[in-house]
Amino acid sequence: MIAFIVRRLLLLIVTLLVTSALIFSLTQLLPGDVARLILGREATPERVAAFNRQYGLDLPPLEQYTRWLGNFIRGDWGRSFAAGNAAVRPIVLERLNNSLLLAGVTLAISVPVAIFLGVIAALRAGTWLDGLISVATLSVVGLPEFVTGLVLINVFALGLGWFEATALIRPGYTLGQWVRVLGLPALTASFVLIGYITRLTRAGTLEELNKPYVRTAILKGLPRRIVIVRHVLRNALLPTITVIAISIGWLIGGMVVIESIYNYPGVGGELVRAVEQKNLPMLQAITMIVVLAFALANLTADVLYTLLNPRIRFR
Amino acid sequence: MVVEARHLSIDYRIGREWVSAILDVTLKLEPRRIHGLVGESGSGKTTLALALMRYLPPNARISGGSIWLGDQELTHLSEADMQRVWGRRIALVPQNPLEALNPTMTIAAQMTELTRLHLGLSAEQARQQALDDLKRVNIADGEQVLRRYPHQLSGGMQQRVMIAAALSTQPDLLILDEPTTALDVTTQAVILDLIRERVRSENTAVLFVSHNLGVIAQLCDTVTVLYGGEVMETAPVERLFARPVHPYTVGLLQSIPKPDAESEARLMTIEGVAPSLAHRTSACVFADRCRAAVERCHAEKPPLEAVDDVHQARCWRWPEVQSGQVALTPPIATAPADPPQRDTPVLQVRQLQKHFVEGGLFDRLTGRASRVRAVEDVSLHVNQRSTVGVVGESGSGKTTLARAIVALDPADQGEIALLGQPISLTLRQRSAETLGRLRLVFQNPNEALNPHHTVGQAIGRTLQLLDKRRGRQTDIRKRVAEMLQAVGLAPEYADRYPSQLSGGEKQRVAIARAFAADPDLIIADEPTSALDVSVQAVIVNLLKDLRNQTGVSYLVISHDLELVVYMADWIAVMYLGEIVEQGTAADVYGIPSHPYTEALISAVPVPDPTVKGGVIRLHGDVPSPRSKPSGCPFHTRCPRFIGSICVEQVPPVRVSANGHQIRCHYTLDELAALQTADRKDAL
Ligand code: SF4
Ligand code: SF4
Repeated sequence: MIAFIVRRLLLLIVTLLVTSALIFSLTQLLPGDVARLILGREATPERVAAFNRQYGLDLPPLEQYTRWLGNFIRGDWGRSFAAGNAAVRPIVLERLNNSLLLAGVTLAISVPVAIFLGVIAALRAGTWLDGLISVATLSVVGLPEFVTGLVLINVFALGLGWFEATALIRPGYTLGQWVRVLGLPALTASFVLIGYITRLTRAGTLEELNKPYVRTAILKGLPRRIVIVRHVLRNALLPTITVIAISIGWLIGGMVVIESIYNYPGVGGELVRAVEQKNLPMLQAITMIVVLAFALANLTADVLYTLLNPRIRFR
Repeated sequence: MVVEARHLSIDYRIGREWVSAILDVTLKLEPRRIHGLVGESGSGKTTLALALMRYLPPNARISGGSIWLGDQELTHLSEADMQRVWGRRIALVPQNPLEALNPTMTIAAQMTELTRLHLGLSAEQARQQALDDLKRVNIADGEQVLRRYPHQLSGGMQQRVMIAAALSTQPDLLILDEPTTALDVTTQAVILDLIRERVRSENTAVLFVSHNLGVIAQLCDTVTVLYGGEVMETAPVERLFARPVHPYTVGLLQSIPKPDAESEARLMTIEGVAPSLAHRTSACVFADRCRAAVERCHAEKPPLEAVDDVHQARCWRWPEVQSGQVALTPPIATAPADPPQRDTPVLQVRQLQKHFVEGGLFDRLTGRASRVRAVEDVSLHVNQRSTVGVVGESGSGKTTLARAIVALDPADQGEIALLGQPISLTLRQRSAETLGRLRLVFQNPNEALNPHHTVGQAIGRTLQLLDKRRGRQTDIRKRVAEMLQAVGLAPEYADRYPSQLSGGEKQRVAIARAFAADPDLIIADEPTSALDVSVQAVIVNLLKDLRNQTGVSYLVISHDLELVVYMADWIAVMYLGEIVEQGTAADVYGIPSHPYTEALISAVPVPDPTVKGGVIRLHGDVPSPRSKPSGCPFHTRCPRFIGSICVEQVPPVRVSANGHQIRCHYTLDELAALQTADRKDAL
């Protein structure tokens, strides 16, 4: 097991190196002269040269890359091109913090609900309840996030006023304020996840229910509840757990739409902004973080799957 | 306590209709007695067995009759009441132990939950009892086993755990549903011994469900034959095997290939397919396939009548069958075969080797990949018009060998020659001509036939390829019809899709297609193991007839020694990738034989209750080909183990005058002496 994790971690480092090189060469290919773009058309050649020197843009590409990589590893993520020339790292870390918070809340809402719905649907397969759950989850999956987002805003923020429509985060919020701010983005993201996870749980549970070992358990005379909880769920949820772990990557780096609907200051929004502004240091740092998030999520998924599945653990 | 089913009937709902699956079955099961329930697929035997536990699929119902557990009637109990019966008073050991055990729970957890629930034991007590229970099924290192997960145990071990768990609550009824079908024959023998010995020492009634008449003969006290959901015949085991009075039982018993039968004799077959229960008519359920059927059989269903106080049969003509007035044996119609031409080899395999490397790229780089020595140093000849059988248990490498010969998984080393001409080991370098001359018939016809092609298309395509090779043009449609006729199918089958055929019919189509290429050699990998015994007989006869008509040769790969001995004139026995013995069928079956072959023969349950089965048992599991034992690969389990020589030195191949080869440190004479002495002792 430890060998397995070490192996995966080594692989992860390789992945990160490759992506960093990839990101770097991509940013080199961005059209237009960065300095002119940032400084404006009227900038004097001297100012452009000074800008390029300041950010090391006049060095040969390979040297730019190794220098950037070295600095990045040491924790110096560079200074933003955008106004203020702020250091990149605190901004990215703050966004990451916000994204993690949102991801956590989303998972806390969606996972229990989805697993519950999925198991009920499987146990009652073919009945009206199953049909209802299927239709509901299918339609939620089908709806684009901005549609659910707008509906939620109209009902809960503008109509009922339970939540804030835009998510401005200020230090020193009370719990209630956090709930009001995080509620709608988390709900919107949960809708997407609940749809997927419910269907997956239902399929997994149904498949397990038809396996011979379930019959063995029933014919031991165990009450149905114990048969389900002790025997079926652990096997049925194996694929579900993996998908949940993988979805953490999406929750951190991929929620561009939701973040922009609510103006939520997360990683995804910042990434889009960095692209728009040709803010290379920011872009590189965020991409690295997002890739790291996806890779770690996958690793977690694999480790969990292995841990929970003795067929793999003791081969 | 006596367990009884009285006039039990079960219906299934199909669409809007209720269809009768089990009709009017009466069974009486007594403590310490093993009652066999025999039937082919579709006979309803598993449905009946589970119905005794009141366990039915959601679309089934008990439509009549009653089930008595002592003086308690089960059909009216609620689910909650049944939960006190299940596992406590009636226990089940199902067919495939690996699937029947929860893959993510330890053996300890799965065994103790039963005794904790029903006997109210504490965790510690339950663990202690689990150890005792395991000891009683001859598992000495119980502690080890309890800590394991199911997949870490061998099949035989898993099934012992199932039996130990089932007996742990001392149930009144133990139902064993094909408990050894998924196991190798040497493991099966050990498990059957165990069942025999344990049941006699418990106060438990046993229902043993099986399709295997050999197992039934060797294990059961009384037998019920089920067909189409109805009881055909019930009798004590000796009576049923010696003097059956129902035409179905007679047919079933005669369709078993017996190793001592004249090799050219035909097997009795039961033509036709199992009845569709959707239309249970007032006729005898067996009427469509019965050789003795008369007009009355199609009009009226016979009652279950008492032949005497222990023997019952459901047939209008049982008195005539009993007195021998009805002839049930088919005329022997096969043309006398030309004898095998010993000196003209069709296939020569020399020192074939196939290793697999397991593990990913990473393992290979770090040198941790393991080498599976699947086939090693195999040399084999197949002569014209002969049938060579390769027998072995799982892990013996027999299927790998077959696939290497047809180059589906090319061999790493060695030589293969077809009709004296060396051919390439890899598929891509073989000519179309070679591919046509060497055909494979798969174990499972479902995998071999494309579901989107009609039978006519499947066979026609092979015929077209043949024509192209031979540079000619023929009437494909007509020849498809001829091929179908040759395998006993009507020409209309050309337009059917595989999904519209029964298992036996599919295998006939696969055989027709193989023959369509006009081959010299057909390699048949377990050609009948997916089929019922009566259908197996049809296929075996068919293969024999086709050989006599066309002069083709066969290489038959099988786990079933009896079948191979019946079909083949030359037999090779494989163990862990090596041929340990080969010779004529008579030589291999007789004395001397390799200690492994001897154990294999001893383990086969003879379908005759008066013949005591062999007593040689192999203990321990087949070693993994990943870590093949040194010296003689059989030394870890060999009952005739000599000593360090077997561990340290690879045994020589001993050859007799007529080509009988045995790979052992004993000489042929020494083996013969040992085996003759043992056989005398046994008598
Ligand atoms: S009743 Fe007739 S058809 Fe049925 S088994 Fe007897 S002889 Fe055959
Ligand atoms: S060589 Fe030794 S271990 Fe191998 S079969 Fe002969 S006696 Fe048994």
